[in-house]
Amino acid sequence: MAKIVAEHLKYKYPLSEKLALYDISFTIEPGEFIGIIGENNAGKSTLCQAMVGIVPNFYKGAYGGKVLIGDMEIAKSNISDICKKVGIVFQNPFNQVTGCKLTVYEEVAFGLENMGLPRSEMIDRIDYSLKLLDIYKYKDRNPFDLSGGQMQRMAIASIIAMRPEVIILDEPTSQLDPQGSEEVFRAVQNLSREGITIIMVEHKMEKIAEYSDRVMLLHEGKLIAFETPEKIFSRDDLDCYGVTAPAYTRICKSLGIKNKKTGFYPVTLEETKSLIGFSEKERCPYDQN
Amino acid sequence: MTRIEVQEMHFSYTEQEPILKGINITLDERSTAIIGQNGAGKTTFVKLLKGLLRPMQGKILFDGKDIACMTVAQIAKHIGLVFQNPNDQIFKNNILDEVMFGPINIGMDEQEAKRHSQNALAMVGLSDCEDKNPYDMGLSERKLIAIASVLAMDTDVVIFDEPTIAQDYRGIEKIKKIIRTLKAEGKMVLTITHDMDFVADCFERTIVFAKGKILLDGQTDKVFSKKEELSQAYLEPPHVTQLCNSLGYDKVFLRVEDFVSYVKSKGIENK
Ligand SMILES: Nc1ncnc2c1ncn2[C@@H]1O[C@H](COP(=O)(O)OP(=O)(O)OP(=O)(O)O)[C@@H](O)[C@H]1O
Ligand SMILES: Nc1ncnc2c1ncn2[C@@H]1O[C@H](COP(=O)(O)OP(=O)(O)O)[C@@H](O)[C@H]1O
Ligand SMILES: [Mg+2]
Ligand SMILES: [Mg+2]
Repeated sequence: MAKIVAEHLKYKYPLSEKLALYDISFTIEPGEFIGIIGENNAGKSTLCQAMVGIVPNFYKGAYGGKVLIGDMEIAKSNISDICKKVGIVFQNPFNQVTGCKLTVYEEVAFGLENMGLPRSEMIDRIDYSLKLLDIYKYKDRNPFDLSGGQMQRMAIASIIAMRPEVIILDEPTSQLDPQGSEEVFRAVQNLSREGITIIMVEHKMEKIAEYSDRVMLLHEGKLIAFETPEKIFSRDDLDCYGVTAPAYTRICKSLGIKNKKTGFYPVTLEETKSLIGFSEKERCPYDQN
Repeated sequence: MTRIEVQEMHFSYTEQEPILKGINITLDERSTAIIGQNGAGKTTFVKLLKGLLRPMQGKILFDGKDIACMTVAQIAKHIGLVFQNPNDQIFKNNILDEVMFGPINIGMDEQEAKRHSQNALAMVGLSDCEDKNPYDMGLSERKLIAIASVLAMDTDVVIFDEPTIAQDYRGIEKIKKIIRTLKAEGKMVLTITHDMDFVADCFERTIVFAKGKILLDGQTDKVFSKKEELSQAYLEPPHVTQLCNSLGYDKVFLRVEDFVSYVKSKGIENK
């Protein structure tokens, strides 16, 4: 399983004046679940694309530094070699549909076709992913006749079926119903426990806080922080970066409730529940400091 | 005040699979959220309201008039719909042209269309981008362009299909403000969304679709108190409400601010 290393990664889109990625360096260990947060246009999607070589091989533009997945240097590798190791779910599921397959089943099979898998293994993987995303009943449907959320489920299923070493998901649950997005986070967490590295961009902070091992905070193409969710969401300058903490953390910040063991504010429902309690008698709110 | 009455409406795309199975509902001036599982039929429902699809059975009355007798072009003068996927809507190479297309198409003159379009772009915060190409913009901005295009038509009814897709929290605040403005202008606002915190913050009425039927319909806080039905419809209450439920509070809140001021007034402990 491969480690991901970015060293002084810089990138500028061809017609743009400013850098979309500005001197980004980090290391991600195999099997980590990494959340990426940041406001619109912070560079989240660009960073995802730089990890699969779409940037700079497809978009061109000015590129500096490097990204390594294991010993493969992304900018110098060809897309088909990269695809064997890294899968990406695009922000807009529409962009993921090949357009040349007539059914959902064939669409999910597409990515597996050149992997040299035995037929039975292929079938198992396709069925498993379709069922995992709860779209097995639509397997014979034309991909363009799916609802938005069903199409997003198909895009995720296609990548999970390939079982790459690294899975990058760019806002994969934006069109999913609440239980569906919970299921996707759980499924993806299970993959990370099996050693697959997960990198997920999301605006759903409650989920990022609950499921990520570490969170990257991006702003104007720069990596502002790369820390545990507790540390990231306890920052008091989140607003400057156009992000907000999970509802639970916002509640605890307003009430001055911290986890005394860690010194950080709670970030999940469970943690908040364990720390919040009514006093016997009504009295002044807990003093912040 | 605009009213839309839907009576015993059925719809299916193919013979094998009924999608909407007898919808009865009256939509009025209350700002309304439509929520429900993926594939429940929400998008189909609003496409029917806009006349892009036609019911197999039942009817839709717009201010008492059966829309079966209206053309799509006539309906477009009254009902604006922001599509779930902005790429289904955007086709011009210049943002101002894109936004002006709708108003001109429903009969506004050039000058009026331009005024409305510039207003609409200001509302979504894209005034600086009039001359840019929508195809060079990211998904979040394309979604805002699609919203502006519909706002510019100044219709009595505005329907948003998942407007918060790809928006950061400032984008969501922007959309909340737009919805409140439309409501204050006396327009009917209908919004499909999967973001329950957004529903709690912004909508008086909430309708829950499940498997082609309406499972719940009522005041938003009432709907969010029905834990079992919500879960049956693959939904969940807003985050604060989940916290209240799990703390076993009998008083249930929908918004962070309300919960915080209540708790402050009661006194709390940091365990
Ligand atoms: N063109 C089509 N042909 C056949 N079936 C379709 C077509 N479009 C949608 N459907 C099916 O109709 C059902 C309702 O779709 P609809 O788009 O209304 O769902 P939705 O509630 O908006 O879902 P989502 O939350 O995922 O957007 C789904 O099961 C979908 O697969
Ligand atoms: N194809 C493109 N061509 C030119 N500029 C782009 C392109 N895609 C994104 N950008 C720009 O790069 C910056 C980062 O965008 P993006 O990575 O999409 O941000 P995020 O995913 O965080 O919203 C933004 O300023 C955006 O306008
Ligand atoms: Mg993005
Ligand atoms: Mg829909």
